[in-house]
Amino acid sequence: MRITINGRAIDTEEGATILNIAQQNGFRIPTLCHMESLIPTGFCRMCVVEVQGLENPVTACNTQATDGMVIETDTPMIRELRKEVLQLMLVKHPLDCPVCDKGGECDLQDYVYEYGIQKAEYQVDVPAKEYRIYSTPAIKYHPNRCILCSRCIRSCREVVGREVLDLRETGFDTRVEVVRPERCISCGECLAACPVGALTENVSPIKGRTWQAKRVTTVCGYCGVGCTLEANVVGNRMIKVTTKEGLGTNNGVLCVKGRFGFEFVNSPERLRTPLIRENGTLREAGWEEALTYVADKLNEIKGKHGPDSITGLASARATSEENYLFQKLIRAAIGTNNIDHCARL
Amino acid sequence: MVGLATTLGSGAMTNSISDLQEADLFLVTGSNTTETHPVIGMLLRHRARFNGAQLIVVDPRKIDLVEEANLWLQPRPGDDIAWLNGLAHVIIQENLYNKPFVDQNTEGFEAVKERVSRYSPEYVEKITGIPKEKLVKAARMYATAKNAAILYCMGITQHSSGTDGVKAISNLALLCGQLGKPGSGVNPLRGQNNVQGACDMGCLPTVYPGYQGVALKEMKDKFEGLWGVLLSEKPGLTVVEMSKAALDGKVKAMYIMGENPMVTDPDLSHLEKAYAGLELLVVQDIFLTETGRMAHVVFPSLCFLEKDGTFVNTERRVQRVRKALEGPGEARPDWKIICDLSSRMGYPMQYGNEEEIFEEIRRVAPAFAGITYGRLESGGIQWPCPGMDHPGTPFLHRGRIVRGKGLFVPVDYAPPPEVTDKDYPFIMSTGRDYYHYHAGSMTRKVKLLNEMCPESFVELNPSDAKKLSVADGDRVKIASRRGEFVSKVKITDRVPEGVVFAKFHFAEAPVNLLTNTVLDPESKITDLKVSAVRVEKC
Repeated sequence: MRITINGRAIDTEEGATILNIAQQNGFRIPTLCHMESLIPTGFCRMCVVEVQGLENPVTACNTQATDGMVIETDTPMIRELRKEVLQLMLVKHPLDCPVCDKGGECDLQDYVYEYGIQKAEYQVDVPAKEYRIYSTPAIKYHPNRCILCSRCIRSCREVVGREVLDLRETGFDTRVEVVRPERCISCGECLAACPVGALTENVSPIKGRTWQAKRVTTVCGYCGVGCTLEANVVGNRMIKVTTKEGLGTNNGVLCVKGRFGFEFVNSPERLRTPLIRENGTLREAGWEEALTYVADKLNEIKGKHGPDSITGLASARATSEENYLFQKLIRAAIGTNNIDHCARL
Repeated sequence: MVGLATTLGSGAMTNSISDLQEADLFLVTGSNTTETHPVIGMLLRHRARFNGAQLIVVDPRKIDLVEEANLWLQPRPGDDIAWLNGLAHVIIQENLYNKPFVDQNTEGFEAVKERVSRYSPEYVEKITGIPKEKLVKAARMYATAKNAAILYCMGITQHSSGTDGVKAISNLALLCGQLGKPGSGVNPLRGQNNVQGACDMGCLPTVYPGYQGVALKEMKDKFEGLWGVLLSEKPGLTVVEMSKAALDGKVKAMYIMGENPMVTDPDLSHLEKAYAGLELLVVQDIFLTETGRMAHVVFPSLCFLEKDGTFVNTERRVQRVRKALEGPGEARPDWKIICDLSSRMGYPMQYGNEEEIFEEIRRVAPAFAGITYGRLESGGIQWPCPGMDHPGTPFLHRGRIVRGKGLFVPVDYAPPPEVTDKDYPFIMSTGRDYYHYHAGSMTRKVKLLNEMCPESFVELNPSDAKKLSVADGDRVKIASRRGEFVSKVKITDRVPEGVVFAKFHFAEAPVNLLTNTVLDPESKITDLKVSAVRVEKC
């Protein structure tokens, strides 16, 4: 079938939404409530577009394109509508960007700026809703920053299958509420889904804006799923873990350990120098002393009792490169096949 | 791993995480996926809930996934071979098996057919307690599914008959031709981030890197040529055999990198004696672990966030690990420590960086030959990947089983080596908690995770709790013939009557003082899922 977007004819398969086709062909349509892995809802109305022959604009995220459709994504009327959508969000959303964790990577902040909004037009007297207890201590919930996009609710239901969150009340009082706290597994999918700063992490006391943090794509060090994650580092400290949709075989999804389990890295209990046992206790030693001691002792034992009197346990936690060298040391430098690891545990 | 290597020719997970999306039916057994492989657990829930995939859970515990399951079979711990043979029995009896597949792609069918003929649903019900109607229903569901994926984990393998359990699973898949397609296969979920890689690299007593046998002359010759030194053709000792040999005085020195056996291994009091008798115990780790405290020398190393290299995940995907942080103090990456030590011992190892080591791995292990750091920049590659133009292998046994013909192996149910009696009336199984990891060396130093799961607890069925007059949160003493520990109790119908479930992350409540070191004869795995114990209120 053939459709036209902003004057350009596009040949495409049936079944896709206007948003999908537009994105695939390089047209940008702003979205707030949309995520690739969630069922589209059209909640936020940021993705409105004009379709020739239809009286009212439609939401691109949940409208299927049909043959012959002529679509405009960026007319003055559409821009006004989107501005209005943003203005309505700012009725409750405080402009507290400088103190918000999300500052600099907030979709709402970006759109408000992009659409040239200078101030919140509509003001109502809302009681300042303070910070609310959330379903997990890993996350802080700031209800007045919430724009009711429901990405958190839908991620919890559709990606994780837990249904911890739901919308409560109606109209102006509508809010996201923790309805089944006992089912929360602190995976933080809701946090990752939040496009604004309504949900923020409660792990690192040290913060850093995105442009100050070094973001390194790597693989989680816990279980065998091998999720891809981004380590965010300021100075030499881990401040948080981030992901994005489409990243890794986990498609940006993580569990509690992958997302929040990194504090051990900066633990003061980390070993900082080699240790050698002397008169029954372990004392600090230099590398030269420790390595020489072990090498000499291993050679001595090998000479006295043969290579099979020495064994090595490699590690399912170390890299493949390190495991390769470890077994090479045991086999080639020592001369035994007494090498194993905890695969069976 | 030994089980599947025998029957199919490769011990690894046959599918990919992504192609599991195409399964119409999941048979999950011996894997509490939600807690041990959370992101795969989410995928299973999602497929069951939103895409109509059927889910059969077979587990003694009412694990989280049961909530989403179309069918839950609840055998007693240690009865797996009985119900697996029972499924095969029903499938053959009702002529639901894939005859063309069996004829063309397998051998040994008749022997299995004969063996499972005894495992009628009535007989299986008597052994396992699984109602016969449920067994028949599960058999029909599995046999008639278009694409069925079996997922299993340590609940199947950590038994003294674990290898036979895996063979029984393999028999089932071969019987129905559920192999070699997206969403269709046999999938052992690997527990730790790089357990697959450690196996691939030859950190096993019987194989060189790339699963090339140490007892084969041509392999020994090959590696002697590559490494320029004479090698031993004698297979080495496994973990548990090592500590037994140390107790006997045959092993004098042990070098342990990044493991904490003094928490994770079975029968800890014997292990402690074994380590105490060593002339040299070297431990290399990021923390001073329980094992490190017994060492003569401790080397400080770096964690995954502080170094470069690769991990291989459960689906055989080689992925790049990238350094994000500088390590503390004088700690060094494990590979540098090994190089320095080897060179001092008179066998020089010189590598400029991690990539140079990987280049050597490519040369010695054919399954890795086509993988380079450069190629890994655009995402992981699944081995086997024999050449630079090879895309990697998302699922195994496509068109042809790696072994040539899939081998049916008849296996029999035998009661677990340790049975309950009047002094030790409960079965204790051990496993993991969602909030903690393995020996807890890392997770127990994360405030948040400790807040969520602060201490050891054992799960106890409400009716057993009543009999013992124990209330939720009480402290109980759990004792086996080998040792005892004290823990808080959580009363829950997650465990059936007569079974207690304990988590092994907590050094202060060392469940492995109680566990058994009876070994599976082939895989040398220990039976951590069935120990006979006594439970007493403290």
